[in-house]
Amino acid sequence: MGRLDASQLAAQACTRNGGDATRLLQVLIDVQEKAGWLSAELISAVAAELGVPRVRVEGVAGFYSFLYTEPVGNYRVLFSDNITDRMLGAPELMDALCGKLWVERGKLSEDGLVSVDTTSCTGMCDQGPALLVNGRPLTRVDHRRVNQIAELIRRKEPLYAWPSELFRVDDNIRRRDALLGPDQRPGEALRAALTRGREDWLAQMRLSNLRGRGGAGFTTAVKWQACRDAAGADKVVVCNADEGEPGTFKDRVLLSSFADQVFEGMTLAAWAVGAQRGFLYLRGEYRYLLDHLQHVLARRRSAGLLGNAILGETGFDFDIDIHLGAGAYVCGEETALLESLEGKRGTPRIRPPFPVTHGYLGRPTVVNNVETLAKTTLIALHGGEAFAATGTAQSTGTKLLSISGDCAYPGIYEYPFGVSIEHVLEDCGASDVQAVQVGGASGMTLASYEFHRRIAFEDVPTAGAFMIFDSSRDMFEVARNFVHFFAHESCGFCTPCRVGTSLLDNYMNKLASGYGAKMDLADIEWINRLLRQSSHCGLGSSAPNAVVDALVKFRPAFERHLRNLDFEPAFDLNAALAGARTAAGRDDPGAFLDREQETTR
Amino acid sequence: MSRQFLFDGQPVPFEDGQTILQAAHAAGHYIPHLCWHPDFPPHGSCKLCIVKVGGRHVSSCALPAKEGMEVESNTPEINGERRALLQMLFVEGNHFCPSCEKSGNCQLQALAYDLEMLTPRFNHFFPDRPVDASHRDMLLDFNRCIFCELCVRASRDVDGKNVFALTGRGIHKHLAVNAESGRLADTDFAADDLAANICPVGVILHKRVGFAVTIGKRKYDAKPIHTVALEEGE
Amino acid sequence: MDNAARDARRPKLRVATTSLAGCFGCHMSLLDIDERLFDLVELVDFDRSPLTDIKHCGPCDIGLIEGGVCNAENVHVLREFRRNCKILVAVGACSVNGGLPAQRNHLDVGACLQQVYQYREGVAGAQIPSDPELPLLLDKVRPIHEVVRVDYFVPGCPPSGDALWKFLTDLISGRTPRLSHPMLHYD
Ligand SMILES: Cc1cc2nc3c(=O)[nH]c(=O)nc-3n(C[C@H](O)[C@H](O)[C@H](O)COP(=O)(O)O)c2cc1C
Ligand code: SF4
Ligand code: SF4
Ligand code: SF4
Ligand code: FES
Repeated sequence: MGRLDASQLAAQACTRNGGDATRLLQVLIDVQEKAGWLSAELISAVAAELGVPRVRVEGVAGFYSFLYTEPVGNYRVLFSDNITDRMLGAPELMDALCGKLWVERGKLSEDGLVSVDTTSCTGMCDQGPALLVNGRPLTRVDHRRVNQIAELIRRKEPLYAWPSELFRVDDNIRRRDALLGPDQRPGEALRAALTRGREDWLAQMRLSNLRGRGGAGFTTAVKWQACRDAAGADKVVVCNADEGEPGTFKDRVLLSSFADQVFEGMTLAAWAVGAQRGFLYLRGEYRYLLDHLQHVLARRRSAGLLGNAILGETGFDFDIDIHLGAGAYVCGEETALLESLEGKRGTPRIRPPFPVTHGYLGRPTVVNNVETLAKTTLIALHGGEAFAATGTAQSTGTKLLSISGDCAYPGIYEYPFGVSIEHVLEDCGASDVQAVQVGGASGMTLASYEFHRRIAFEDVPTAGAFMIFDSSRDMFEVARNFVHFFAHESCGFCTPCRVGTSLLDNYMNKLASGYGAKMDLADIEWINRLLRQSSHCGLGSSAPNAVVDALVKFRPAFERHLRNLDFEPAFDLNAALAGARTAAGRDDPGAFLDREQETTR
Repeated sequence: MSRQFLFDGQPVPFEDGQTILQAAHAAGHYIPHLCWHPDFPPHGSCKLCIVKVGGRHVSSCALPAKEGMEVESNTPEINGERRALLQMLFVEGNHFCPSCEKSGNCQLQALAYDLEMLTPRFNHFFPDRPVDASHRDMLLDFNRCIFCELCVRASRDVDGKNVFALTGRGIHKHLAVNAESGRLADTDFAADDLAANICPVGVILHKRVGFAVTIGKRKYDAKPIHTVALEEGE
Repeated sequence: MDNAARDARRPKLRVATTSLAGCFGCHMSLLDIDERLFDLVELVDFDRSPLTDIKHCGPCDIGLIEGGVCNAENVHVLREFRRNCKILVAVGACSVNGGLPAQRNHLDVGACLQQVYQYREGVAGAQIPSDPELPLLLDKVRPIHEVVRVDYFVPGCPPSGDALWKFLTDLISGRTPRLSHPMLHYD
């Protein structure tokens, strides 16, 4: 692309975004959709157009996995690399596709047509193995589909001409309760809250004791009240639809089929705190839902449920903007999300101050999860007490579980809080279960002797993921997959997580290659401790959870990978000689190093 | 009466808005730090300044002091963790002190001495980070970057130039300069910028002045960093 | 001296030393302890070492390793030391973190060999030596703790005679060796 084209593209994208530098990430996504990748010229052009330093644009472009600063193919295939996809055969399928297309994994094909690689969990675990092709999710990949995809790519068939069946995404709702059960009419909950008046609405929220469904379980009413009481007029409500936690896909289903409830929840929050601006931060993997969501927003605007004087209430002005993410799990962390919303790298902020007082552009901001917001409609409709009547004392209401892995009926299950793991396993048709990973990669690994435990903040808290592993699975591999995920997703801001997650990843790979030693386990435990205690945000501090749990509960799975009780070299000695061996054309015995036992003394 | 907290058992007074680290330093107690600089707001990335408050680890450079806090800092446990963080910084880059112009004046090195780090312990990454020698007066040796962003902050907030920013993510994070060519020579960087004189380690170096000070006379030769830092207020 | 005198009644400790990818600077530093060298030989016997010309390391109490690991031969020697020494010590920057030789680590070793033996002016067309007697290069120069388990580390390029003396006397007399400012330095 010439410089002229670059400036033109950049100018158009900037205009579409109001020339607003806080929309830098949106501009880059927009430009890339047209140009395929972000060349050096494009980055310069965007910087000039927005009047920001070029290096800042480069910094942002380099942060997000789905922004490319190197040329990419016309077809970019990314296999979801969650453990559940892997268990369904994703690695072999990816190899098969690579073979058919004559490409090496992670490299652009020689003709520049296609690249094939992996990406973090795409949130299609109940219909995997899944992949993204040019950002669009393609589900239920099998060898037949691999052949089909290879053929479509070889024929250079444009994506819109691919059979739509390939892109079908199902809700798979298997158990409905308060939220997923009854139909709600758009505006119904909002009307109920307006009738109550703002004070009573907040009082109902308090009575409900609703706690955040995004993971941390903070009491929503307290958050709202703090934001409401914070100084500053331009308050903001943000819906966290980043859903990056591996194994979680319930927000996707809410956004697909219950978008009205989600937007209504945002509006209810705005009414409570006095916000005028709302953002929904949609993970890049769910880009395919954007048109649908925009459509729902437009409909709500024309129905008087968004915009000025909502439902005729003077002074109740609120509207919602959708921002896209671009492949960064850390942007689910609320302060990183705010940075990203401001068009920056998704680096978590120092807290305090918290978003409720200093959030988006320093304004008081409420950040809530998709499910949390949707749940508030039930409180508006039926009152706080009715909401609190289900669940447990400290965990009121219901919880959506995203169930995947070794079971007959993966999908979405809505249960009142307090349901036992056993009960869930029975409902979803799981047998011979060895372990359940609750809460995703950052959650808890439960062994069979713990299946009497209950889903609740006071026992087994969860953001919704529920991944099942039967006795045929290697729990070491499960932990290794999660460690790799965190190393890939670490934002790199703080020392322990930037370096520690990569060190852990290396250790786990070392063990996987069959050259582990006891000392490696000790090192792993030491790094785990550093991560937990000194990380800057929840990503780093929860990164070791799965390894710690697996080491305690499934230690034999690790010990199987130990070759030596004492020490094994950090790297593969023979592989390290390969370069010189080839160059010198040698294959005599002296050109190899055996993995002899290292004796201690 | 001013308010106070306990720092390793000693009372330390503080004023509103002071962080634990600021108050401790003012009272003559050193807390190790790399990304914190007295002239800038806290950054919170290196985590060398971790202390324990009520059993929880916090970054003392960023956390405001509170009445009655009990802060543990100079303990074998916390120093052990700090040493491990240093070891992480050493193995992720390429730190060959004998050939580094910053040696003897380097905060990372001085802190490693102070915490008696004898080995990098972990396995080295040996990353490939080419040097940028394009600029007339300045040299960038990225091999030693610890991502404290002091250059980024100084250039942006003081020099008003935005010469530097970080790009990449995770272990692939790296420093970038404000030029399409990626070369420092094509920026408006100048040797008397604050950003040219703030790097705590040996990344941003002045050309033709290397090894000017003889061994023995360098900043941390005579006195350890915990003394120098308190004397110089840094 | 009374310490040493007392220790003299104990059986002498056996010490082996070697230089892998190092410059013998650390060995020179060991000689730099000057007249204390006489005290040292009261306390220890030297096994395999450039100081003795013994070719293979026998059972020893302490092994001092100078230099990092740059080729297959280094690996063999290092393993021999690890097998035979109760306590293995990394001495000097190269042994501790690869040191100056490790500054080649960003280069591709195969391409390097080609450059040196085949493409350089004057040698064009020559072969990369393939004599089995020659140790093959590792792709990267490694600190010794990435190849064998190491018990102690004495950094410095080289460590000063004082530091080595302090370390060895600590170790020999059963104290936990400790190096701190100003004996601890990396350059
Ligand atoms: C690394 C990390 C990732 C997170 N990802 C998400 C996410 O994808 N969705 C979400 O709602 N919350 C996520 N959170 C939690 C948010 O920081 C925040 O607590 C939540 O959005 C608040 O909403 P809630 O109170 O309604 O749960 C994440 C936290 C961390 C530390
Ligand atoms: S813990 Fe990890 S993700 Fe969080 S700030 Fe540190 S590097 Fe970034
Ligand atoms: S920057 Fe500091 S620690 Fe790194 S090589 Fe230079 S002197 Fe050593
Ligand atoms: S170059 Fe120096 S000042 Fe800049 S981030 Fe790296 S270590 Fe910090
Ligand atoms: S000094 Fe506090 S994190 Fe760096």
